[in-house]
Amino acid sequence: MKGYRKYFLNKLAWFLVTFVCAFLLNFILPRLMPGDPVAAIVAHLAQGMTNTTGIQKIYQQYADLFGTNKPMLEQFFLYMRNVIHGNFGFSFSQYPRTVADTLKSAIWWTVALQFPAIIVGWIIGNTLGAVAAYIKGGFDKVIMPISIFVSNFPAFGMAVILLVIFGVGLKWFPTSGGYGFDLIPNLSWKFVWSVIVHYQLPFWSIVLIAIGGQAIGMRSMSIYELNADYVKYSRFLGIHDRKIVLYVFRNAMLPQVTGLALSIGTMVGGALIAEIIFSYPGLGTTLLHAVLGQDYPLISASALIITVMVLVATFAIEIVYGFIDPRIKAAQSD
Amino acid sequence: MKHTIRQVFHSGKFIVGFIIFMLLILIVLVYPVIIKYDPLEIIGQGTFFPPGVYVSTYDSVNASTTYILMLDNAAAKRIANKLSNDDRLAMKEWLVSDGIPDTQIDTTDIVSLLDLWVKNYDPNKSFPGMTYAKQRYYQRVNTSLQGILSTGGLIIAAPDPTTGVLTQTGIVNSTDYVNISQIANVRVLPLGTDNFGRDVLTELVRAAGVSLEIGLVAGTIATLIGLTLGLLGGYVGGWLDDVIMFITNLFTVIPGIVLLILISFSIGQDKRGAVTIAIVIGFTSWVWTARAVRSQVVSLRNRDHVNLSKLSGHSIVHIIIADILPYIASYVVMAFILQISSAILAEANLSILGLGPRTSDMPTLGLMMNWAMIYQAEILGKWWAYFPVLVTIALITFSMNLMNTGLDQVFNPALRD
Repeated sequence: MKGYRKYFLNKLAWFLVTFVCAFLLNFILPRLMPGDPVAAIVAHLAQGMTNTTGIQKIYQQYADLFGTNKPMLEQFFLYMRNVIHGNFGFSFSQYPRTVADTLKSAIWWTVALQFPAIIVGWIIGNTLGAVAAYIKGGFDKVIMPISIFVSNFPAFGMAVILLVIFGVGLKWFPTSGGYGFDLIPNLSWKFVWSVIVHYQLPFWSIVLIAIGGQAIGMRSMSIYELNADYVKYSRFLGIHDRKIVLYVFRNAMLPQVTGLALSIGTMVGGALIAEIIFSYPGLGTTLLHAVLGQDYPLISASALIITVMVLVATFAIEIVYGFIDPRIKAAQSD
Repeated sequence: MKHTIRQVFHSGKFIVGFIIFMLLILIVLVYPVIIKYDPLEIIGQGTFFPPGVYVSTYDSVNASTTYILMLDNAAAKRIANKLSNDDRLAMKEWLVSDGIPDTQIDTTDIVSLLDLWVKNYDPNKSFPGMTYAKQRYYQRVNTSLQGILSTGGLIIAAPDPTTGVLTQTGIVNSTDYVNISQIANVRVLPLGTDNFGRDVLTELVRAAGVSLEIGLVAGTIATLIGLTLGLLGGYVGGWLDDVIMFITNLFTVIPGIVLLILISFSIGQDKRGAVTIAIVIGFTSWVWTARAVRSQVVSLRNRDHVNLSKLSGHSIVHIIIADILPYIASYVVMAFILQISSAILAEANLSILGLGPRTSDMPTLGLMMNWAMIYQAEILGKWWAYFPVLVTIALITFSMNLMNTGLDQVFNPALRD
């Protein structure tokens, strides 16, 4: 297991470094921009207020909260301490709710929607791609153009089309929300069923987009592998076709796993927009409301959470990859 | 070079993609020359007028020549147009409650239905269980029917400017027709109007143009940055390569959309023009190009011809331009095409979040989508406000990916069929 431990520690170190950098970016980017963010916030909050001492007080309060009147380094430590304590301040648009409170409910909706969808899409897409490469002919001729077209379709476009066909037209599924608007979240059958029904359209719109892209990648990988020398050699040896396909599949799979780790950020981004179309109560919709309400702390915290989610997912995939890539096991003999 | 281009144009996929893309560009360029409407001019008072030909009622009534056409089914058509299916079913319901057998009423035969209605309907009659609102509804239907059934013409009257007394200026008979080419004001709205009352088609063509520009600017920036970093990292190597790879790997895992959101929001609403957004997208999407270029350059670095060039004392710049660039040129072109299409998608994503270019001077595909979504066009069934936009986005990205796949098959023999 020496090789694996080395691999694991390497990935863990990389994960931590990326995390710190993402954290720094999240802190620095908004502060690089010209203008005083607190002044903008106060101008927004104090609309219609004529009392100058009152405005002054609001300004002072927010300046203290964000520490913008302190030196940069001190601000950074203040920010870090707050984030570690899960304190992202109050949400402007949903005051008096705190940002942490708003995000706490949104995260689980997003996690429960996106990761299953991406993984299911990835599995179906890879299977279709491999089958298309192996069977060729008619199946390939049908699957490939559809996959190319679907994968070029923006995620929100797929969401809108599913919504119009199955939500508005056929009325099979509800068009918005995460559960019936007349229900209060609890553990009854009625609520669970409502959640399941609301889950379908967002889920399948993300799955369909993922299928297209993965199928194309897997198909070209498989074609590449099918033409490799080891396949020809195995055929000469008379190894059963089914066994060869298994070899090919496994070899073509490895780059696809790496591909998933690399593209999960893009996929999550697209899926966040798809959430908006369905007003799904996840991070995407929270982000939209934050932007509409000029809610700076909420945007910043959502961005950080999304980054962390993607980083953790990438890290998890890389850990799994370490188990299935024989080269990492082989590294222990070095 | 000539040979390569000829080879590229033998690829079916590339040609199809190329033709679609060129057609789009042609439409974007030619349409504004022929039709000179301002794309953001608000012409409709109201939201989402359906697609069609809009003829001025005022001009039709005042048309210089009117024609008389005697068409048999004109009256029936007129009634059918006024009476919706729901109205007919409601009328049937009333008649059934009044005691007329179900089998005698045929809602598809308007003439007989109206006949029965006129004979039996009594506005003051109320059945047990019928709400007052429903009774009023039947009264309204009845009044609207009376207008349709009259065969006399409509009187046009104009008020006298001094006394205010109405004087008759003409009669419009039910058999009067005008020729549409003789009407002064006819506006064709092939895709209706949007939520602000703007001509969707004109807006869409302009939006496609702006989005393509954004894609082009962002793609160029991303490709240039990626190419430079990839070449430097791959060819020079050493600590420079380490630093570049570190930054590249970092930006691969940090989702681009998060960076885009943070930067666009920080720039602020008033400074966010289309070009600014394009630059921001360009600066956040160079990662893939840089990675790919670097790995290609690393494999080229120790080729014999490069070493020979080094031995001959050529400068780094010369070696990169003369000995390395030609080998990766095809790849860079492909990456550039993909960058353009992904930049167009990135703009759309940002705009849907409300972080796109500011809204007052020009439309983009993403903004049109954003406006349609805010006004719930998809729920209201106003397909013309969002569907053409989606199709345009899909056509742009689809044509570019087809070109890309075609190029890939030309330059990468393993993928050829």
